[in-house]
Amino acid sequence: MTDEFEPTILAFICHWGASAAADLAGVSRVQYPPNVIPITVKCSGMIDTRYVLAAFKNGADGVLIGACQKGDCHYMRGNENAAKRMGLLKEAISKLGIDPKRLKFERIAGFQSVRVSTIVKNYVNELKEIGPLELSPTVEKKFEETAKEVKEKYQESLDKAKEVDVDEA
Amino acid sequence: MEKESKIGVFVCHCGFNIAETVDIDKVVEEIKKTGDVSYCTDYEFFCSDPGQKEIERAVKEEGLTDVIVACCTPTMHESTFREAVARAGLNPYRCEIANIREQCSWVHPDKKKATAKAIRIIKSIIGKVKLNESLTSLKTPVTDKVLIVGGGIAGIQAALDVADSGHEVVLVEKEPSIGGHMIQLSKVFPTLDCAQCILTPKMVDIDRNQNISLYAYSEVEDISGYVGNFKVKIKKKPRFVDEELCTLCDKCTEVCPVTVTKEFERGLNLRKAIYIPFSQAIPSTYTLDENACLGLAPQRCDECVKVCEPNAINLDMKPEIVEEEVGAIVVATGYELYAKENLAEYGYGENLDVLDGLQFERMLFQMGSAAIPFRRPSDGKTPKDVVWVQCAGSRDPEMHLPYCSKICCMYTAKQAKLFKGIFPDANAYVFYIDVRTAGKDYEEFYQQVLEESEVIYLRGKVSKIFKEGDKTMVWGADTLTGKKIEVAADLVVLATGIIPSPDDKIVKMLNLPQGPNKFLKEAHPKLRPVETTIPGVYIAGMIQGPKDIPETVAQASGAASKAIGLVSSPELEHDPTVVRVDKELCDGCGICVDECPFDALKLTSNTVNVNDALCNGCGICTVSCPKDALQIKNFTAKQMMNMIEGGLS
Repeated sequence: MTDEFEPTILAFICHWGASAAADLAGVSRVQYPPNVIPITVKCSGMIDTRYVLAAFKNGADGVLIGACQKGDCHYMRGNENAAKRMGLLKEAISKLGIDPKRLKFERIAGFQSVRVSTIVKNYVNELKEIGPLELSPTVEKKFEETAKEVKEKYQESLDKAKEVDVDEA
Repeated sequence: MEKESKIGVFVCHCGFNIAETVDIDKVVEEIKKTGDVSYCTDYEFFCSDPGQKEIERAVKEEGLTDVIVACCTPTMHESTFREAVARAGLNPYRCEIANIREQCSWVHPDKKKATAKAIRIIKSIIGKVKLNESLTSLKTPVTDKVLIVGGGIAGIQAALDVADSGHEVVLVEKEPSIGGHMIQLSKVFPTLDCAQCILTPKMVDIDRNQNISLYAYSEVEDISGYVGNFKVKIKKKPRFVDEELCTLCDKCTEVCPVTVTKEFERGLNLRKAIYIPFSQAIPSTYTLDENACLGLAPQRCDECVKVCEPNAINLDMKPEIVEEEVGAIVVATGYELYAKENLAEYGYGENLDVLDGLQFERMLFQMGSAAIPFRRPSDGKTPKDVVWVQCAGSRDPEMHLPYCSKICCMYTAKQAKLFKGIFPDANAYVFYIDVRTAGKDYEEFYQQVLEESEVIYLRGKVSKIFKEGDKTMVWGADTLTGKKIEVAADLVVLATGIIPSPDDKIVKMLNLPQGPNKFLKEAHPKLRPVETTIPGVYIAGMIQGPKDIPETVAQASGAASKAIGLVSSPELEHDPTVVRVDKELCDGCGICVDECPFDALKLTSNTVNVNDALCNGCGICTVSCPKDALQIKNFTAKQMMNMIEGGLS
């Protein structure tokens, strides 16, 4: 089976959590499939929806967001922002006809080296089942609009949360 | 704003570490093909001296404007290579690392695939470097003073080290006296020094040292600012006794009509509402317990005030807030024992003759010092049979704590030995899972206890402890013989596990990362054991993990020397990869101001301004901006897009 489909995964990993765990996986020689290309960012909270869409556009079959664990964010709440944003993006891409499983949000603490391997292994298998991503030009054209929509929805949810706070106060 | 750049890529073999699974020649060949790179070479170890010299040479001779070293993780050698390019006259922020070891060669055995991935990783970094710009570190002044939170042995050692090297210290302790748990101990293993004898001189030093401002019976209320420039608010709880005037005559306790349990004796003894926790307390003064006293609001009793000759008691004392500025912080808030209520299967809480390790320490201490007869708490009889239960609540992931609390094996051995020393005819039984005695002279001590002190060690877990008549029955199994064991004990000591101090106000305040068991996380588990990921905040003692006294002292000295290093420099360099506001694009909507977790952004006259010293460069704000007006320096959206394209090309 030489021509078996090998999915390409672009992974945005946070410096303090997932990237540290991936480094530790290296040190501990915890093996996992080479399908994943890592891009280390300072915080998962800085990952714009446009980056995820750009990854799809440039040939990624799946995008993995490696944030740190709940309550573990080095920047206090970046991981929660990312969780919320990526949740909204999942809904949005599914409307475009892209399987929402192509975007995976995972929390990985800096010491969870084995978790890195497990997540990548499972995700590669999952994507093998889904098959390669084929984007039609019409869908691609909608990316910019989608990114904008998600941003607005995200902001709305923040404003709403603020209103609740005010009510409680 | 595309720039003229000449990028050099240096691919490191790392001996076999990279070269074994990544085809270096192939990588160099492919990278050379990319139009963006003007120079590419490889070497066995670029971190070595000749390796760094090659980079310096290439920067100068090839006229490189940007450098990529494809090697190990940036946390390892980014600074090494940035310094190297700086020596060659390049701005250090024009050098980046492509991590092809930890995240590639070490985790993928298939050479062909690992090579392809390494090329993609490097191409991604090329995408970033194409738009890197020269940056200058920001410089901020440093306040030459260190805050130490916690006055146990860790805090005491750190405070003395910092103060002795000529820097000012603010030491905050929430209890009426410093000393922590160590001052409660009877004798310490394996030397059997009396804990008070070795600790009280250090406590007195704290009191006398001109460089130390001690705030006992105080708590840190608020911390703001950043590394080098923290602003601290300390609440001094009212003692109702003037430390300066009090002469320790003890007349107040004689007349005080209120009796409550004594915390210092862990409930095994009583104290009055006005009290001194123990005679060597520092500060050496009495404290009036607000919650127990009858005399306060509304005033119903002033017996102590009447007998106090120096007029030291002032019932109108109010909490006081003191503000201090410090450059560094050492968190040494220590531990507690795993709550006894959690061990219902061992009868704890109901059965007075079931004690925890620290309670037994207090019993041993009293026997040693005041010739008080050794009595069991329930009825005052002298105990003949004492059982220790090791791992009480430790190493039990299903029910209790998953980890080993490290010190219990040794203190159990010590307590059993001391007990047998006083009552040679009594019986001491220890139930254990394993006996762990790693530590200098520890195994020898344990062997001595086994052989000379005739302590009976039984390998097995205790299933049940219950009261029968005036005895406490201990049911267990000896897994070495397979026999059921039943001991009718007079006293049971549970070697309860260690938990990090539950008072985590300071942890929340500083946003310190905690591990899964709530112990504070060090910046690196091996190589940065006293630093946290928060710049300028260091940790020492049990709050970082279970450890014995020598380890605590060593870590405290380590934390102190880190803090000294920080406050010794007149100014600090701050990472310049902070956010930049494009004033043309910013319309002053202010969304980003709320998004920033560090209060680094301020809205002034319809535009956003950045406090560079507060900005951590996390980029959370950049994604929130509807106008794309915010960009992290050297991590812009354009660079991210380039990295994505590069990584997927």
